[in-house]
Amino acid sequence: MDKFEKLQGIAAPMPLINIDTDMIIPKVFLKTIKRSGLGVNLFDEMRYNADGSENPDFVLNKPQYRDAEILVAGDNFGCGSSREHAPWAIKDFGIKCVISTSFADIFFNNCFKNGILPIVLPQEQVDLLMKDAEKGANARMIVDLEAQEITTSDGEVIPFEVDAFKKHCLLNGLDDIGLTMEKATAIDAFEAQAAQSRPWV
Amino acid sequence: MSPKTLYDKIWDAHLAHEAEDGTCLLYIDRHLVHEVTSPQAFEGLRMAGRKVRAPDKTIAVPDHNVPTTEGREDPAQMTEESRIQVQALDKNARDFGIHYYPVSDIRQGIVHIVGPEQGWTLPGMTVVCGDSHTATHGAFGALAHGIGTSEVEHVLATQTLIQKKSKNMKVEITGKLNPGVTAKDITLAVIGKTGTAGGTGYVIEYCGEAIRDLSMEGRMTVCNMAIEGGARAGLIAPDEKTFAYVQGRPHAPKGAQWEAALNWWKTLYSDDDAHWDKVVTIKGEDIAPVVTWGTSPEDVLPITATVPNPEDFTGGKVEAARRSIEYMGLTPGQKLSDIEIDTVFIGSCTNGRIEDLRAAAAILKGKKIKDGIRAMVVPGSGLVRAQAEEEGIADIFKEAGFEWRLAGCSMCLAMNPDQLAPGERCAATSNRNFEGRQGRGGRTHLLSPAMAAAAAITGKLTDVREMM
Repeated sequence: MDKFEKLQGIAAPMPLINIDTDMIIPKVFLKTIKRSGLGVNLFDEMRYNADGSENPDFVLNKPQYRDAEILVAGDNFGCGSSREHAPWAIKDFGIKCVISTSFADIFFNNCFKNGILPIVLPQEQVDLLMKDAEKGANARMIVDLEAQEITTSDGEVIPFEVDAFKKHCLLNGLDDIGLTMEKATAIDAFEAQAAQSRPWV
Repeated sequence: MSPKTLYDKIWDAHLAHEAEDGTCLLYIDRHLVHEVTSPQAFEGLRMAGRKVRAPDKTIAVPDHNVPTTEGREDPAQMTEESRIQVQALDKNARDFGIHYYPVSDIRQGIVHIVGPEQGWTLPGMTVVCGDSHTATHGAFGALAHGIGTSEVEHVLATQTLIQKKSKNMKVEITGKLNPGVTAKDITLAVIGKTGTAGGTGYVIEYCGEAIRDLSMEGRMTVCNMAIEGGARAGLIAPDEKTFAYVQGRPHAPKGAQWEAALNWWKTLYSDDDAHWDKVVTIKGEDIAPVVTWGTSPEDVLPITATVPNPEDFTGGKVEAARRSIEYMGLTPGQKLSDIEIDTVFIGSCTNGRIEDLRAAAAILKGKKIKDGIRAMVVPGSGLVRAQAEEEGIADIFKEAGFEWRLAGCSMCLAMNPDQLAPGERCAATSNRNFEGRQGRGGRTHLLSPAMAAAAAITGKLTDVREMM
């Protein structure tokens, strides 16, 4: 997995609440057996017109946001399905950090497995960052995972919380499965005990 | 011993390892797999030279992509991409030696209907699947939730998940339901009250007289949509109805093991003085037959209400409601029962079980659907379909003018050929009314199977109580 340490980049504002996984990546693009190549279809139905042309009003089609690496979004981002295609598409587009007041649980977990940092902040701070993002390409935010701080284009510093284990994995680009495999003895022991206490499983 | 919730008890029974920072490894008893969210996970195993740790606890079935029309065993019925995904599942199931129900097997169906039907889902288990509606299995008092593809790979390789414990939320539905009100109305009414993020960070336990009174099918409908309320999982404590449903299923325990299992299952309830982080109480009698008007499952109102005005909301919901109403082609103040529909879809993991088909057939019996309406019923499994044919329900649907399909997810998410055209309006028994969910530009109103049948007859959203 790619590491996430410190990011300085353009933030795109998406104030709409309840942006769901069908908006992030519609199901027609789930018929892939790969993880890559989904960026071109990120937010497909909002981003493209029915004839396939670009919708110039959509934020990521505006010249100042085409290279955005951070998304500042409305409440409950990523609600809906468990499809990891959503974070795959976000990552493939080039976005590495999403900031909102809240995230759907499965989407939130899926981000960390793909080197994307989702940050939860109170409404006032998301509002402040939304305004900063609305300034466009000259307003670059800094997201520092080690320090757990966001710095706005005006130099204002906003601290954020992140789970210690998830932070450790992101900073070092660690693969969960490898880490869990190291605990095979504990799993073996649990399995042996469960075979006694719940043999019907 | 300190009092525990049902969630606490299942969690404690599956804790394989806890690190100093509170990160836990939760052991997984059942891993259900379908064709859309698993190919990358199996590929990951191959690339790392890893095996499936517990193939006997892993069950695969194709459901999302499969056509629901006759002759579907012919691969030419699928698009090339769908065919590749289904064939990949075929191969992965064979190569890794996991249980498998191919399209040609009568037991094939929607993964969340097949699991309980075959007795794979049992009380007190941990159940995961790369699908958010895994919450369905919570109806058995099993801790069940959706996971992403990376986690699918993690479970395949280690039979565990890295987890932090969620908080406990109690949703109590007191008293009795009024006639015409169903499990679907309960679950939608709860989301209407708490919002789609109201359950985020929680595991919900549904309880109260109205929940106890539900059949297992109804309880599955309620738990199925816990995810639409934002919760990781929904749970209902197992009782005699649960045990009676499970007993005799192909993979349920038998003989002495049944007795041992039953002894443990009977301890699976929340202690009287257990701690709840959040409690929501709704009177059963206050719940009406409901429909959704917008593009979020929280946009729920009784069928007797009118389309709301965006200005009635606050914060980000004002803009979201405006966008929804425009997308749905509605006008604030319009009566919901005046909304004309084009299509009716009965099916999905929410409402594709035999009881759902019976409820719809009870309304349709001896009646015809309105001219010009496209109506389809997609049973949740081949076995549900066979049972409905045996009970004469299939004939009621066919005589009313419904298409009688083969099992699959179908138009719930429109990954197969069953899709809405732009602007087409559908009364659907499924679980999501998101923009484009049932096809680009398609408009979805969520409701119960009985309400869907009523809508098919009149051609508009209809209060089913007028037909009872």
